[in-house]
Amino acid sequence: MRRYSFKHSSILGAAAAALILFMTIGTLGAVIYRADGLTGISAQDWHVIRFTLTQAFLSALCSILFAIPLARALARRAFFGRSLLISLLGAPFILPVIVAVLGIIGVFGNNGIIAKSLNIPTSIFGFHGIIVAHVFFNLPLATRLILQGWQAIPSESFRLAASLNADCRKVLERPMLRAVLPNAFLVIFLICLSSFAIALTLGGGPKSTTIELSIYQAFRFDFDLSKASLLGIIQVIICAMTVLVLLKITKPQEPTTGLDRPVEMWEKPHPVLDVLWIVSAFIFLAAPIAVIISDGIPQILNLHSSLWPAAIRSIWIALLSAFMSLFLSLCLATWIVSLKTKGKWIEFIGALPLATSQLVIGTGLFIIIFPFIAPYELALPITATVNAIATIPFCLRSLVPAIRDAEETFGKLSDQLGLSGYARYKILIAPRIKRPMGFCIGLSTALSMGDLGVIALFAQPGGGTLPMAVYSLMSAYKMEEAASGALLLILLSFVLFWIFDQWGRKNAHS
Amino acid sequence: MKLSFTSMAGLLFAALSSNAQADPLTVYAPDYFASEWGPGPAIKAAFEAKCDCDLNFVTGDVLPRLLLEGKRTKADVVIGLNTDVTHRARETGIFANHGLNTDNLTMPIEWNDPDFIPFNWSYFAFIYDNQKIKNVPQNFEDLIAMDDIKIVIQDPRSSVTGLGLLLWIKSIYGDGAEQVWQRLSPKILTVTQGWTESYGMFTDGEADMVLSFTTSPAYHLIAEDDDTKSAAIFDEGHYFMAELAGKVASTDQPELASAFMEFVLSEEFQSLIPEGNWSYPAKLEAQKLPEKFNLLGTPQKTLLYSPEEVQQIRKEAVSEWLSALSQ
Amino acid sequence: MLILDKLEVQHGNYRLTADLTLKKNAVCAIIGPSGAGKSTLLSAISGFIKPTSGRISHDDHDITHLAPSKRPVSILFQDNNLFPHLTIEQNIGLALCAKLKLKGKDKQRISDMLNLVGLSGFENRKPAQLSGGQQSRAAIARILLQDRPLVLLDEPFGALGPALKDEMLDLCVDMFRKTQKTVIMVTHDPIDAKRISDCVIGIKDGKTSDVLPTGAFFKEPPMGLSRYLGS
Repeated sequence: MRRYSFKHSSILGAAAAALILFMTIGTLGAVIYRADGLTGISAQDWHVIRFTLTQAFLSALCSILFAIPLARALARRAFFGRSLLISLLGAPFILPVIVAVLGIIGVFGNNGIIAKSLNIPTSIFGFHGIIVAHVFFNLPLATRLILQGWQAIPSESFRLAASLNADCRKVLERPMLRAVLPNAFLVIFLICLSSFAIALTLGGGPKSTTIELSIYQAFRFDFDLSKASLLGIIQVIICAMTVLVLLKITKPQEPTTGLDRPVEMWEKPHPVLDVLWIVSAFIFLAAPIAVIISDGIPQILNLHSSLWPAAIRSIWIALLSAFMSLFLSLCLATWIVSLKTKGKWIEFIGALPLATSQLVIGTGLFIIIFPFIAPYELALPITATVNAIATIPFCLRSLVPAIRDAEETFGKLSDQLGLSGYARYKILIAPRIKRPMGFCIGLSTALSMGDLGVIALFAQPGGGTLPMAVYSLMSAYKMEEAASGALLLILLSFVLFWIFDQWGRKNAHS
Repeated sequence: MKLSFTSMAGLLFAALSSNAQADPLTVYAPDYFASEWGPGPAIKAAFEAKCDCDLNFVTGDVLPRLLLEGKRTKADVVIGLNTDVTHRARETGIFANHGLNTDNLTMPIEWNDPDFIPFNWSYFAFIYDNQKIKNVPQNFEDLIAMDDIKIVIQDPRSSVTGLGLLLWIKSIYGDGAEQVWQRLSPKILTVTQGWTESYGMFTDGEADMVLSFTTSPAYHLIAEDDDTKSAAIFDEGHYFMAELAGKVASTDQPELASAFMEFVLSEEFQSLIPEGNWSYPAKLEAQKLPEKFNLLGTPQKTLLYSPEEVQQIRKEAVSEWLSALSQ
Repeated sequence: MLILDKLEVQHGNYRLTADLTLKKNAVCAIIGPSGAGKSTLLSAISGFIKPTSGRISHDDHDITHLAPSKRPVSILFQDNNLFPHLTIEQNIGLALCAKLKLKGKDKQRISDMLNLVGLSGFENRKPAQLSGGQQSRAAIARILLQDRPLVLLDEPFGALGPALKDEMLDLCVDMFRKTQKTVIMVTHDPIDAKRISDCVIGIKDGKTSDVLPTGAFFKEPPMGLSRYLGS
């Protein structure tokens, strides 16, 4: 229909999609090529696959179950600090995993706050530990997704329900949840599928081995590329199927409008319960972060001087990858919107990075690059590119609905005025998507700050990032300095996220 | 499109960085070794002063990297392999004989490997807080019998220390190893991917004991002036580990590489090891060690498999371990 | 002269055929029940929907396959005629330069046009700072500045109150007549049609009627539209 104005977007979009395919399927292909054939799936592999699915399923389920009452409480209560709390909901998601795991152990472990203050023996290790950690990471995300559903119910509908004396839950909330929950569930299921360090560290033993971890083990000592490729393929298939279901059930979403105002409801039952949910969720999410902060504070002022160059290098990589991610996501998102329903296939490609093992990407790239140039010469651009690719799925989720909304509202007017190419982007799209854009840059920056790097294959000394420095400090027994390094890391991540997110909010026109 | 940009940036970067003087000596090393907090920087400085050359560390997972690169590797010297992966490393066929005299090493075992030289060594051991644990286990049986103890270990599929413990138990118990693992299993708080996470849990007080090295308390004694951390010495003996260096046959700087190999066994290098690597140097008389190294517990008996034996038993031992701990 | 020559448009399950000729400088209303295809017809003329067969020509030029911005057409939409993030000057300036590089001369033309629609001095305001009537005036100003021979009005000013709506209709038709535009207005309200148009096209069940003079159309509505018109 509106085919005239999208020539440029399809070229750039196709290039971005090709780059993603290269970085995900292409690198996997390189590893398979190098592996000379695949081995069969062993009994142990089946166990790993079953375990991966089970933990992801239960983690997603628990996150959703806790998120529903929390989102409802947040939706209908107005209180001081509400918008701050909702911003804080982004925090666990951008924490570096290893730091967060130590924080969780510091709260729920044998020697954690709970065990000490209540004087009861607790253990975080075991299957429940994995679930707790995954809920910690994903409850905020689930809550945000569900909260959006609540806020998308027009206040007129609540008024109508009230005037008809109808049950809000039945006529408004349940249909909304039916639409929102499967989507939120699958997104979290997908994220938990590729969980790596959490499962082993908190799972308490080798029975808690995920596919991603198995891939790592296959590389580490066995250097069994065929097993790594096989597991890589399995992981891609499982994730791809999940993404297909996700795309099938996802209806074009309301663009993310502000979560800043509470929903106007006429009836607000159970105030005590709501307060309880909000307070306990806050404690659950804030306590591990508080532990990390208090562990890190003692040494923060005499941080090893060499952490600063690492920090600056990390910031550069994070910014570079965030802007790359934004650029690629914008190209893809405009293409997706212009393709209408066919755009789902491009959305599928855009979600592939969630399915691919970082280790496979790193090794595949190494195999591809090594014949031409020493890979460590490319350490920084490669780390930035891989991080950028990895955050595209998250960026697309917020950009696509916003661009779709802009096109639906002003697309015809822009066509009529002959806005095409860059002018269309500048005048129609960019001003309408400042808020999700700020969120995307912030999120990508924070996620790549916390990343340990593609894998050690591309590292070089004096070129390490802050998370690597923290890890090296721990390897050198310097646990207290490492805690301070970790604190510096999360402070930087939060500040960068906050700056960009605020930029988006300040400049949003809606 | 974006890719061509990054590779162009990379080429540019490469062009800018390689116009120094002569080719530098490229040494592959593990991350910890070359980081600011490992012995790497001091070694680099010392060697550069001697050879009037540039030494560059390339860090990462050394062995997977060598296996990927094969004979085309850019490395001149590789440092930081260990005795349990020697076989696999030798199979790559990229290493040259070192041709050095290894008769007078200060290690508890004989050394006559033609390709690799050791530069440091230690024993695997469980570290504990001597203020909390008074009834120190003397062997694995004691450890299994202890009430209320939580230990953290590492996964033998991803960690050198994890593999070390596997071989340690195997070398004592042989076919009975699986049963020992089964009985040990309730004491294991968790298994981590690497040593770092485990040790962090131990210093946080989460675990009572951690699998590490007999030399780990040296860090606390010397750097923190803290004598509360000790290694439990088992009468059954301790499994030994040395870290190794090897010269790459295809090096374009054979003389420089040989000079570095010689430097590895020199007193200058070796005296950087105790407080740089927190382990015993491979060739340094006991009286030249830091004084507090005398406070470290030393095993009476040294256990070690040959590289070929490790290669043979590793897979089976790992699956025993898996089945024992998965129950 | 605008000619729709055996035009067929498919939009989802919906099909519309149109075959009609519209004289230059006519002000013509398209009227019919909702769902009859009024907006589809407008979209086809403005180029948002590609016809499956037939031709559209304007003054002997075939415009069937031109992009919306290349057609001799400007449109006043039901709503969202102004970008909320641009100033009034920029919004109107889009008529002159899609890249918004406005020179001094352009700015002069914009403020002249604002004078004409009674919005002098509003250059730097954002749409949200204007009343509904003022926003409509700004949109009219942009259409005047676009200066294309054909103006389409898609149920215009629906959001305004009745008095204001009449005022705006009068204002814009007055302006468009003065500048010799051909105007096509989609509406469901016979009163609007009677108020401003010289001719009416009925539309029902995917077909268009002949172009009839307004008086004649309402006297004897074609295609059984009398029931809809309620007279």
